[in-house]
Amino acid sequence: MAAFLTRRLLGVLPVIVGVSIVIFLLIQLAPGDAATVLLGPQASEAARQELRHTLGLDQSLPVQYFAWAVRTLSGDFGRSIATQLPVATLVLPRFVNTLILTFGSLLLAVVIGYSVGLFAALRAHSLFDRASMAVALLAGSAPPFWLGLMLVLLFAIRLHWLPVSGMREIAGPGGGLDVMRHLILPAVTTALGPAAIIARIVRSSVIEALGRPHVRVARAKGLTRATLLKRHVILNALPPVITITGLQLGYLLGGALLTEVVFAWPGLGSLLYDSITARDLPVIQATTLLIALAFVLANIAVDMVNVALDPRLREA
Amino acid sequence: MSEVSSLGGTDAADMPPTEASHPGPVRSDARLWRLKSFARDRSALVSSVLLAAVVMAVTFAPVIGRYGPDEADNLARYAPMGVGGHLLGTDQQGRDMLARLLFGGRVSLLIGVAPTVIAGATGLGLGLVAGYLRGLVDQIIMRCLDVVFAFPMVLLAIAIAGSMRPGVLTEIIAITIVLIPYFARLARTATEGVVPMPFIEAARAAGGTRTAIMLRYVLPNVFSPVVVYATTLMGLMIVVGSGLSFLGLGVQPPTADWGAMVAEGRVVLRRAPHVTVLPGCAILLVSLAFNFLGDGIRDALDPRTIRR
Repeated sequence: MAAFLTRRLLGVLPVIVGVSIVIFLLIQLAPGDAATVLLGPQASEAARQELRHTLGLDQSLPVQYFAWAVRTLSGDFGRSIATQLPVATLVLPRFVNTLILTFGSLLLAVVIGYSVGLFAALRAHSLFDRASMAVALLAGSAPPFWLGLMLVLLFAIRLHWLPVSGMREIAGPGGGLDVMRHLILPAVTTALGPAAIIARIVRSSVIEALGRPHVRVARAKGLTRATLLKRHVILNALPPVITITGLQLGYLLGGALLTEVVFAWPGLGSLLYDSITARDLPVIQATTLLIALAFVLANIAVDMVNVALDPRLREA
Repeated sequence: MSEVSSLGGTDAADMPPTEASHPGPVRSDARLWRLKSFARDRSALVSSVLLAAVVMAVTFAPVIGRYGPDEADNLARYAPMGVGGHLLGTDQQGRDMLARLLFGGRVSLLIGVAPTVIAGATGLGLGLVAGYLRGLVDQIIMRCLDVVFAFPMVLLAIAIAGSMRPGVLTEIIAITIVLIPYFARLARTATEGVVPMPFIEAARAAGGTRTAIMLRYVLPNVFSPVVVYATTLMGLMIVVGSGLSFLGLGVQPPTADWGAMVAEGRVVLRRAPHVTVLPGCAILLVSLAFNFLGDGIRDALDPRTIRR
């Protein structure tokens, strides 16, 4: 296991270098001169010249990249154009909030997806099966940001059950319960799409496992339903499900970005939105880098779970 | 297995010359079977009719409604559905929702379809070359694409579009870039499956150049999985594209686009929910239809797939 982890971490290094190159190049995509982009339109020509020199913008791209990478590695993401604050102090607290939302949604997606999929599979072609799969299809095709607005319309505006938006800080006066209340709608919004996909995969995977010969033998031996499911069906149905769940992580992170904007959740997504509106490129870069790194590490974690469940993968 | 599948034609006339030498009844039977199986798939059939209707409606948008999409009528703001000659009501500026949905649909469909087609073609080319040539070329192409896979799809699209000047072209470029690796990986795997086959070796032995073999013998066999994948992805891309527009990365006001309309309606969600509900329903309907269509085409082309 440790050897596998080491190998996986080493293998990911070139990818991380590639990711950093892509993020570095984002600034080249921006229209206009990079010094103007970084300092904002109000800056004086002298300040621009100075920045060009300090950032080495007058040098070749590889040299510039190297300097940028060294600065970033030491935790210096530059200063935000909009607020003039160091980017790191802006980004890190928001990152925690995004993690809360993402983990909350992941948990929901897994619980909903697995239980609905399992029940649907055990009562295949029943009313519940058909209804839940139809809902799954709808939820999987709907744009998450719009789904969020529809939930707000129903539960916050019409029914007044939950707050519309605006979690401020974790350490606010409302405490943990308040965070939970604010978390419900955004988390459900983000979780529905992935939950739908997970439910469909769980359903088909369990139905397939139920039809395998060893399950029929076990049934013929007179095993109880619970033992049968626990020992022979669920474990065998898991590998494709875990893979799909892992794939949903990217979808969850991407969906969370949009959900944050809808619910004014103070995470990286709404920060990204604000910095795009303000054309605040250093913040865009730092946010993108952080989420991409989190995604890469999360994928390794998924691989580890897969390996723990299926020892055959360890040799691969 | 070697099939150049286009669902449109059933006769042998549109087949490439190599296929005409052995037209045989088996092939046209298989083709007919595929068409039949697609026609039997009721949801796929309904979806294609629906999509055709949507395309017609947005194409003839100027003829359909009485109002222009940006025509603001201050006296008719927030009109609910069916009031004052506005079939689907008006938004906060008194603009006709039906007209905005129709004209906005042009942009939304373009943003969903164009990147999928461009990325499909590019990815197909890259995957074909990587899978056929192998070695260093393969390594370079695939390692570069791995970097794109390291980002959540939506994040990279947002970052790319957010760094550029907002606009339709920006959205199309951003989505195309994030999609290419998915197609390339698929095309490469499909190519790897075709290359060891005897007819490729025969073509090599007959003295065919690498380019000729790739284009004439490998490409047709890699083509159909890529087309199927593209159809299934279009629904998702309509959603992703509308997400970028929702963030304001696409068309700028007053131009309509389903994602941008949801963003505009959000401000008046309490007072006039239909301004938000309707464009979202349009996105949902089209994305759902593309998903059904994709499933239908896949099942028709591959009789082994019975379930998802």
